[in-house]
Amino acid sequence: MLQIISLLVENKPGALMRITGLLSARAYNIESLTVARTLDPELSRMTIVVDVDAALRQQVIKQMNKLVNVLQAVDLTESPAVCREMVLVRVRTVQETRPAVLKEAEIFRARVVDSSTEGFALEATGDPEKLDEFIDVMRSYGEIEITRSGAVAVSLEAKKLKLQPPVFTKVGIEQGVK
Amino acid sequence: MSSLMNGAKMLLECLAREGVDCFFGYPGGVTLPFYDAVYDHHIRHVLVRHEENACFAAEGYARATGKVGVCCATSGPGATNLVTGLVDAMMDSIPIVALTGQVSSKLIGSDAFQEADTFGITRSCTKHNYLVKRLEDLPQVVHEAFYIAASGRPGPVLVDIPKDVFQAQGHYAPVTSIHLPGYKVFTEGHTGQIRRAAQLMWEAERPFVYAGGGIIAADASAELRELVEILDAPAVNTLMGLGGLPANHPNFVSMPGMHGSYAANMGMTHCDVLIALGVRFDDRVTGRLAAFAPHAKVIHVDIDPAEIGKNRAADVPIVGDVKRVLTRLNKVLAETRPERKERVAAARQAWWAKIRAWKAEHPLAPVTSDSEIKPQHLMTEINRLSGGQAIVCSDVGQHQMWAAQFIQFNAPRLWINSGGLGSMGFGLPSAIGAQFARPDKLVFALVGDGGFQMSIPELATIAGYGLPVKIVVMNNGYLGMVRQWQELFYNNRLSAVELDCFPDAEKLAAAYGFKGRTIDKPWELSSALEEAVREPGPYLLNVKVSPFENVYPMVPAGGAINEMVLAPPQPVAVPK
Repeated sequence: MLQIISLLVENKPGALMRITGLLSARAYNIESLTVARTLDPELSRMTIVVDVDAALRQQVIKQMNKLVNVLQAVDLTESPAVCREMVLVRVRTVQETRPAVLKEAEIFRARVVDSSTEGFALEATGDPEKLDEFIDVMRSYGEIEITRSGAVAVSLEAKKLKLQPPVFTKVGIEQGVK
Repeated sequence: MSSLMNGAKMLLECLAREGVDCFFGYPGGVTLPFYDAVYDHHIRHVLVRHEENACFAAEGYARATGKVGVCCATSGPGATNLVTGLVDAMMDSIPIVALTGQVSSKLIGSDAFQEADTFGITRSCTKHNYLVKRLEDLPQVVHEAFYIAASGRPGPVLVDIPKDVFQAQGHYAPVTSIHLPGYKVFTEGHTGQIRRAAQLMWEAERPFVYAGGGIIAADASAELRELVEILDAPAVNTLMGLGGLPANHPNFVSMPGMHGSYAANMGMTHCDVLIALGVRFDDRVTGRLAAFAPHAKVIHVDIDPAEIGKNRAADVPIVGDVKRVLTRLNKVLAETRPERKERVAAARQAWWAKIRAWKAEHPLAPVTSDSEIKPQHLMTEINRLSGGQAIVCSDVGQHQMWAAQFIQFNAPRLWINSGGLGSMGFGLPSAIGAQFARPDKLVFALVGDGGFQMSIPELATIAGYGLPVKIVVMNNGYLGMVRQWQELFYNNRLSAVELDCFPDAEKLAAAYGFKGRTIDKPWELSSALEEAVREPGPYLLNVKVSPFENVYPMVPAGGAINEMVLAPPQPVAVPK
C-alpha cells in the first residue's frame, strides 16, 4: 500500500540522499517525491509517496527520524491531511474535438496554459486519483504527453515540532556561553 | 583567537581538544599536508598496513575504552578500504570518527586521480557523514562528528576533507556549542513506563534478564548487577554484552542464541517476563521469531526508538539510556518490593531449580582429548590464564563461538569481537587498538587460520611498535564455520573451505623479529600458552586443533532456540 510521508528536513547537501538511500536500501520503490523550501529558507518540506509493506511503515518513519538532518518525519497515510498534485498535459487535437476537450478540461477545473493549432497544454491540480481520471479522459482524445509534479501533502493537525536545543561543548561551558 | 594555521594543523587541534591521544591511519597523496602536520604533533599516529585495519584498530581502541576511536585514510582507495570497518562499527554501535582526504575541491567530480565519492559511498555505513568544503566549517564539523559518534546510540561518523582545505590558512575559533535541531537523543526514559516495568517485574514468576551490548556502551554494568540482585533473576549476556554481568556472578547463566547454552535458551523460552536491556532481538539470538519467548511479556529498554518493536513487540517499551533507566528502575523496585516476600521467594526458588536443572542436564562442558587439542580445551586454557581479566580480541567463526562459550569475562570491555557484521580479519587489528588503549592489559588476539591470513600484514605493525599482543591461532585447517554448515546442510560437500597451506608460525614470527611456535599436542598446550604470556613482546602461537570439531549446541537457521542440536547428529565422515 502506498504510504505518504511528510518530512521537515535541514536544507543541507546530502540530506535528500540520506532519505532516499534509506528507502532504496530496503528496495522500496519511490512513487513520487517533492521537495521545496519552507518559510524558513534553511528548512525544506518533502512529501514522499512510497510503497511500503504495512507492517514496516512505522519502522521506516522511525529510521527517518533518526537521520541527523531530519527534524520531523510523519506518516500522513491515515491521519487527517490534504494531498494534492499537479499535472501538465499536452494533448494533440483535431479541429472537431477542440470544443469537447475544452469542455472536459472545464469539468476537471483544468486551465489552458497554451493553445496552438496542434492542440492544448492544460494544467490541472487535484488529488492524485482525480488526476488519473483526468489523464484517462484526455487520452481518449488522442496522443498526450504528461508531466506530474508528484503529491504534496499538508497535515490538518498541528504536529508539535520538538527541536533539540544546542549542546554546549566543554569550551562553551568554560566560557559561560549562554 | 589562535594564531594563523593551516587546515591540517586545525584538524589536529580539534582532535587534541577532543582528548584524542592516538589514532590509526595510512597516508596518501591528498593527506600529505595532514601528515606533514602529524610529523611533529604530540598526538600519536599509529601506522597500520591497510586502511581496513586502521578502522578495526580504532574499533578495538573504542571497544576497550568507551572513548571515540579515530582512524584516517587518504582519498579513493584509502577511503573505500575503510568501508568494511565503518559498517562493522555501525552494526555494533561503536563510536568512531573516520577522517578521509579528498581531492581538491576544484577537482571533485572530474574523475581526478584517486577520486571516489566517499561522501556518497559511506552514507549508508555511517551514523552521519560530512564533506567539508570550507576551512571555516572544519572545527564545527569535527566537534559535531565526535558528539554524534559518542552520543545516543554510538556509531561511526566520517569527515571527508579535500586537500585544499588542509592547505588553506585560518584561525581556530573554539566551538562553544553544537546545534543539531534534528538530532534526537533520548536518555531519561518515561517515568510511567519505568513504574509499569517495575510492577511487571515484581509480578513475574519467571523473570529473565536478556542484556546486550547496550549495557557495555552505556557503562551500566553496576546497574545491571543491582537489578539482577534485587530481582534474583537469571541473566544472560549476548555475544555483544559478554562481561556486562560478570561471568562469575551467581545469576549469570551464559550466552543465549544460535550457539548459546541449553540453559540460556530454555530460560528465554520459558520465562514469563523477559527484561531486554540494550539489545536488538538479533536473529542470531532469537532464532525463529514467532517461537521466541512465547510466554513472555517483554520489557524493552533501548536508547534507539527504532529498535523498540522492530523485531518483537514490547509490552513495556522504554526509550532511554539503559544506565539512567536502570538507576531509576532499581530505585522504584527497591521502593515497591512486595510485602508478601514469601510468594516471590517461592516462585523464584522454583524458577532457579529449573534453570539449574537445565544447566545440569546439558552443561557447556569442555571437551578434551589425549591425542589432539580440542578447540574447547584451548579456550578453557586461555580462560585459566586470563582469570576473567584479560582482553580477548576475537576474529569471526567457530573459535569466536567457542571463546564466547568457554572464556569468562568478569568485567565489561574485555571481550572484543565483530558481532553484527561478522567481519573476518577483525581480531588481529582490533587487538592492536586494544593494546594501545590498554597498555597495562594482557591482550590476546584469538583468531582462526582463515581470519589470521586476512590480517597477516598487521604483524608488521605489532612488531614495529613492539606490542605485546599474544596472537593465538586456532588452526583447524578449515574455514570451520562454513565447513560446519556444509557438513550439516549441504551433504558434507566441502566446497572451498580447506586452507591447506599455512605458514610456519615460528619462521613467520621470526621474519618479523618475534617469537612463534606451533603446537598440536594437548600436553603442550598449557605450557605453550604460559610461555606466550611470559614473553615480554609479541608472540605467535599456532595451535593445531582437531580439524573436524563443530560448535554445539546449535540452533539451525530458522529454528526456534529451544530446538537445539546438542551434539553432532552422527559421527561425521572424514573426507579422504
